[in-house]
Order: sequence, then structure tokens, then C-alpha cells
Amino acid sequence: MSTLSRRDFAKFIAAGAAAGAAIGAPSVWAQGRTRGRVVVIGGGWGGATAAKKIRQMDRAIQVTLVEPSASFVTCPFSNYVIAGWRQINQITHNYNALASRHGVTVVRDTAQAIDGAAKRVRLAGGRTLNYDKLIVAPGIDFRWGAIEGYDERASEKMPHAWKAGPQTLLLRRQLEAMADGGLVIMTVPANPFRCPPGPYERAAQIAYYLKQRKPRSKILILDAKDAFSKQGLFQDGWQSQYPGMIEWVPLSRDGAVTKVMPNELTVETQLGEKHRGAVVNVIPPQFAGRIARDSGLANASGWCPVNPATFESTQAQNVHVIGDATIAGAMPKSGFAANSQGKLAALAVVNALNARPHAAPTFVNTCYSLIAPEYGISVADVFRVTDAGIVAAPNAGGVSPRQADAAFRRSEAQYALGWYASMTQDIWGA
Amino acid sequence: MPRLLATMAACAIAVISVLHAAPAPGQTASAQLLTLSCSGCHGANGRSPGQMPPLYGRSAEMIAQALREFRADQRAATVMNRIAKGYTDAEIDAVAREIATTWR
Repeated sequence: MSTLSRRDFAKFIAAGAAAGAAIGAPSVWAQGRTRGRVVVIGGGWGGATAAKKIRQMDRAIQVTLVEPSASFVTCPFSNYVIAGWRQINQITHNYNALASRHGVTVVRDTAQAIDGAAKRVRLAGGRTLNYDKLIVAPGIDFRWGAIEGYDERASEKMPHAWKAGPQTLLLRRQLEAMADGGLVIMTVPANPFRCPPGPYERAAQIAYYLKQRKPRSKILILDAKDAFSKQGLFQDGWQSQYPGMIEWVPLSRDGAVTKVMPNELTVETQLGEKHRGAVVNVIPPQFAGRIARDSGLANASGWCPVNPATFESTQAQNVHVIGDATIAGAMPKSGFAANSQGKLAALAVVNALNARPHAAPTFVNTCYSLIAPEYGISVADVFRVTDAGIVAAPNAGGVSPRQADAAFRRSEAQYALGWYASMTQDIWGA
Repeated sequence: MPRLLATMAACAIAVISVLHAAPAPGQTASAQLLTLSCSGCHGANGRSPGQMPPLYGRSAEMIAQALREFRADQRAATVMNRIAKGYTDAEIDAVAREIATTWR
């Protein structure tokens, strides 16, 4: 080495760069300081997390986030906008910090098609993005027509409000316009669907609004299943906070809605019973977001199978799928789960691009629901990867105690606010 | 000149090792994986912006002791008692060390 002159050393480096470029190797030298290109489709809880974490773990990886919206409205806490004690701007987050602080290239466009063989994504705007690793976080789409008569147009009369934004505000306006004594109908799908406790929290939050402003009104929940998340806690909370206001009709009592008549604000159950509401909130059956289904990442169930240790698709190489679109064993379709999976996929991608080994992860899910602004309940679980997929750790986790005093419920309500502040800072913040 | 060359060589080695991003001492991949979920509630690098208790600046001993007490229902909690029960002693120690040494 001591015999090398400074000029020789420079030549040596240049020759290496030229060699790398000539054979088209994905070498660090050939691409300047780039170790790899990652494209992330979708800027929600999973996708925005993954994009930011990759950049935090390895600045030599280029990350491009494809998201059609300039900002993202979170489904978590949107029930409080419907209830009227949060404003929509308080649950809206933009991508400025991801772009300016973390160096994520944010492309405001829609992913149109994935070419797995060529490793590229075509965007609706005509551009093509090449990737070494792709992370697909498309969230959910609705199965329009699965309930007869319920399509996108019908959702303007009977909002789903299950993707937050204009639909959230539409449901809020309908509740504001409703006369005292009106019946609010909610229809809830069978599993799996986004945010398992969400419909029951929504019922409580609508009741919170009605109790103050329209106390003669009632809520009827028509459910396509016989049991639901945090059921005992919800039913206790409904009863203690809003006695007689909320009626839950399970599948076994003809709760499954199979048809809607939007112009009559009427829904029809499996056995043909008709219910007419003053406001009707239809939470329709769901499947993985379109780009995942169109690209062969979903199986016959409509959801995406993944390797639980990496969240790499079992149906495509170099493609990870995260969040609500996945089949993730015992992990629920929650914002927290998507955030955990986003971090895991980020680490898996960084490890792969650095040729480092990757071990099996553990996951946590912590999910709060508010019966009222000062009355919180939670479910928490630890998940492990086993031969049977992702399972909840035995003898751990579970829901809030059934018998707890008002101070405990108030404390969980405070933690729910802290949870949201931490999560959204972790995902979209500086 | 030899000294300059030696410096350059050292720089080149430094650049290469950064590019290969070997895990820092005390930061094993599995410990990193164990703590992926913690920052969800406790904030990026343990700097909680809201009502959640921050973990930033706490020693490994404090964190490990708290987790053991949560697990044994010896410390008042809302969710941490339920979560801590999902981890072994070795995992609790690894989580505590990881948070105390790498969350900056």
C-alpha cells in the first residue's frame, strides 16, 4: 500500500467504478452512494412508517413513496370527528417531514401496475419507477356490490366512513341534520375487516353525541357476526354511559344485511326484514387494495399472504406487503399493527440490501377505544412467529379488566390520546 | 505523503464499513426486532410527544426492573402488565439494553 501513489489510488477507485458500471452490477460505486432503490406504494400507517424507517436505518438507500393524496386522514380518531369533539385537521397528516427531514422522494401519483419480472412500477401519470425492493401498503378497498345495492354512489347516501376524509364529514353532517328521535343504523361486516373494534367504538361515539343533543334517538347495529372485539367491555360501557340507546343484533338474530335501498334509507337482512333509518352507516365487506389484487399479491380470499418473519409476499419476490391488506395470522388489521409491520419490512429490506441476516421478529399490538372522551378501554397483545404463523403469546395480552373504576377508564382515555400523539409523530412527524 | 495516503486508506475503509453498516456493538438484530413495537407508544427514540411515559434517558437497569415488576403485577399499570407477560427474562434484558444504549 505504501508503494501506491495518491494518483494510483484515485485510478484504482475509478477503475472499480468503471468496472461496476460496465457490467451493470448493482454496485455501490456504479450508482454513486446508492445501495438500492426502494419503492413504497401507499402513505398510510404501514407505508409511511416503512419509508421513513428505511431512511433512518440506512441513508444510502433511495426511497420513493407513491401516494395519490397530498395528506392522509387517519381512521383512528375519525370516530371522534363524527362525534364532534375532534376536528378533521387534527387527524390529517402531510408528507413534508418525510420529504424534507428524511429524504424520502414523495411522488403524488397512483400506482397503476407492478411488473415483478422487470422490477418496476407504472404510475397512472405515465412515469415508471424501478426498484430493487418494493413495499406495497395499499390498505383496503370495499367489495362494492357484495351487499346488493351498495356501491360507491350509494355511499353518498349511506356513508361508510371507513376510509377517513370526506366520508367522515358526510356522516357527521347527516347526524347533525337528523331530528331528535331518529334511528341511526350501522351495518357491520363479517371478519376480517379493517379495525375490528372500530364499529363498536363508533356506536359509542355517536351515542355520546346523541345523548347530548338528540337524547330520544337510538342506534341499531346490524352485525354479520356473533361476537366482536372487546365485546364485554363495549357492552358494559354502552349500558353504563348510554343506557337503552344502543341495540346490537348479531348474525344469529338475523343481523346480516344483504341488500340496501339507498333512496329509502332502508336495509334488508338475510331473512328479509327491512329496517329504515334516519341515518344509515354501511361498513361494507372489504379486501386488499386494488394494486395488490391486480398484481397477483392477493390469494382467493382477496387478502395478501406473506412470510411472517419479513412480510415478503409469498406470491412475488422482492415485494413486501404490509398493513390491512395482509393475512397476518393473529395480528389484527389495526394502525398499530401496520406501524409494527412497516418497521419490520423496513428492517428486512435494509438487511437484505446490506446482505445481513434477518431474525424472526416479535410484534405488539395496542389498541384503544373510547366509549366517551374520559372512558377508555384497550386490547394489547404480544405476537410471535411460529410454524403455525403469527400467534398471540400465551398467558400475555388481553383486554382491560372488566371490573375497573372510573379512574382506570380515565387513565386509559388519556393514554389513548398519548398513543395517537406518539404513533402519528413516529409515522409522519419530523 | 505516506501519512496522507494512510489517512486516505483509513477513510476508504471507514466509508466501506459505513456502507456495509455493520451493527454497532450491543445492537444485535434480534434486540432491534424486539424493540420495534415499543416506539409506537413511547415515541421515536423514546421521546414521547404526548401522555405516554417517555423511555429516553432511562438506564437499562430501570427499564428491566420496571418490565419485571409489570410482568409480576407488582407495579401499577394499564397495558404494560399485559404486554410484559409476553417476554422472557433474556428478552427483557435485551429490550432494556437496546433502548438504553441505542435510543438517542
